[in-house]
Amino acid sequence: MKIWRGQFVAGAAVLLLAGCNKPSGESAANSDVIKVGEFASLTGSEATFGQSSHKGTQLAIDDLNAAGGVLGKKFQLLTEDDQSQAGQPATVVRKLISSDGVVAILGEVASSRSLEAAPICQENKIPMISPASTNPKVTEVGDYIFRVCFIDPFQGTVMANFARKTLKLQNAAVLVESSSDYSVGLAKFFKQRFIADGGKIVAEENYSHGDKDFSAQLTAIKAANPDGIFVPGYYTEVGLIALQARQLGITVPLFGGDGWESSALVPIGGKALEGCYFSTHFSPDSTAPEVRNFVKEFEAKYHETPDAMAALGYDSAMILADAMKRAGTTDGPKVRDALAAAKDFSGVTGKITIDANRNASKPAVILEIKNGQFKYVETVAP
Amino acid sequence: MTEFLQQLINGLALGSILALIALGYTMVYGILRFINFAHGDIFMLGAFAGFYLTPKIAAIFPTPSILSGLLVMGISMAICAALGIVIERFAYRPLRRSPRLTVLITAIGVSLFLEYAGQLFFGAAPKKFPALIPSYPITHVGGLSVTSNQIIVFIVTALLLVGLRFIVQKTKIGTAMRALAFNPDAAALMGINTDVVISFTFALGSALAAAAGILFAVNYPAIDPLMGILPGLKAFVAAVLGGIGNLPGAALGGIIIGVTETLVAGYISSTYRDAIAFGILILILLVKPSGLLGKKEIEKV
Repeated sequence: MKIWRGQFVAGAAVLLLAGCNKPSGESAANSDVIKVGEFASLTGSEATFGQSSHKGTQLAIDDLNAAGGVLGKKFQLLTEDDQSQAGQPATVVRKLISSDGVVAILGEVASSRSLEAAPICQENKIPMISPASTNPKVTEVGDYIFRVCFIDPFQGTVMANFARKTLKLQNAAVLVESSSDYSVGLAKFFKQRFIADGGKIVAEENYSHGDKDFSAQLTAIKAANPDGIFVPGYYTEVGLIALQARQLGITVPLFGGDGWESSALVPIGGKALEGCYFSTHFSPDSTAPEVRNFVKEFEAKYHETPDAMAALGYDSAMILADAMKRAGTTDGPKVRDALAAAKDFSGVTGKITIDANRNASKPAVILEIKNGQFKYVETVAP
Repeated sequence: MTEFLQQLINGLALGSILALIALGYTMVYGILRFINFAHGDIFMLGAFAGFYLTPKIAAIFPTPSILSGLLVMGISMAICAALGIVIERFAYRPLRRSPRLTVLITAIGVSLFLEYAGQLFFGAAPKKFPALIPSYPITHVGGLSVTSNQIIVFIVTALLLVGLRFIVQKTKIGTAMRALAFNPDAAALMGINTDVVISFTFALGSALAAAAGILFAVNYPAIDPLMGILPGLKAFVAAVLGGIGNLPGAALGGIIIGVTETLVAGYISSTYRDAIAFGILILILLVKPSGLLGKKEIEKV
């Protein structure tokens, strides 16, 4: 037994050394495929986001390869799971860049996790495109960091306008996930606009990632008697918040951002979510030909209707391929310049123009939850 | 005033669930002097057992009803009890004579194993726990709201506390458990089959965790394989606060933590909720290191 153990340790050490010896930069330059890295929350609490964006990204890569790839090379997508956990993105992105030698990084949905990976991509001059991180800070990390979604000020403003003008709310309460950059950002811009438009924020409460009991916060909100509650959180908590709000006798509508959009939202929240609203990037009901085509292909491959994260994942890979084509190389700095110059790129989530801050300027849609379905309400242009 | 009373009710509801989880922790510790860190994960497995059993039971009996609730809970408790015995047999028994730290690390390993095996088999995405027990909003006296589920949790916690005390104090196996807790070697010399008693202790603890898992899932119907981590940790704190090894102490600790957390979240800020709740724990332990109801242990030399 002891001898066996010794051999095992020695074997493992040899394997480790072999792993370290692998040259990092060389494989990227000489290979006949274009290696693109993706990091996503394939498991953990935001798993449906990661799964969706990954499916969209994979579909784009397959489409690109079916069309012959770019620059005469096919794409190879290397996907790493960050388990929805802080700390993981840095580890897996470092691995993708230094040991797999990828030329670009796609990911993540959650802003907190994109923020972790961004400095690493910036440092290595590897362009990174986040499909769906809406916190402004993400692209502020540096000039190699891009996104194909709109940002929190826009989304927060859209929802404040919607709450004031369409829902005609006077007094709103805000329930924020204080551990999430995304939620805090959305709430900040919502409040600014809502107050500027003559509304009043009557209560402001916080919760943390993974909480299950919100009765304390909701009781405090109920005492303030708002006409509506803005909950810029993620679907798991939002479902439970809606349930507990109705249990406590709160009947006013809840509304939030794209963090709500998940096939898991309605099964958890059920009837408690009827008549609630959220803003997002994409509606599969759209009649645009790109969207119809994307929805058809997606349904054929995965037997489900794509959501916003899938559409954004698709666009993130497509805009990268487009930039490489225009740059004529996969070289980091040149691809970066081409991405920065992207204008009116026709994505499935609308016309994307990359602005001076490397954010996508594009429209938002508002959906209502009706009979357990997401129903299109209106589109708001930037 | 209404708001304060409502917060108190919220706190009691949360606290009684923590108390229920803490009972299992404290019982295993009381008998074996071993903190079973996998307790929170058995709690998770209990909820998942309920998740998969409910549709099967619903095909035979009308659901949601009290009867199907009791059936699902009973079967889940049996499944988890069996699982507790298996875990003890394969993970802890081989380490019976090892230092306590080894067993503790193994428990953390078992906990991680269950969490990630859970992700593999059940999937990582949160699942909606089906309606198992009929839920009625009881009231709105003066604007206060309580649900029937919250009352059920409170009653079940109280009943299990009394039941456990009866088992440990009045039955033969309970006497054997206490003998083992007192001195395992002497207990073995007196003809007590220590393996059976330890297996029984684990089975009982795991069954309690399963009951807590189901009641938790009924109240907070989004379950996922990592759902046991935080409640498990808080229940452990509750057990320590009440005096680990002491059954009424665990219940008291759970209620104190639940009420404190709710009041802090409702009146101060949920950002500081855990900080303040754990701060209180430190204060109490500074004054009374053995916990609120814990007995002072005299170190024999």
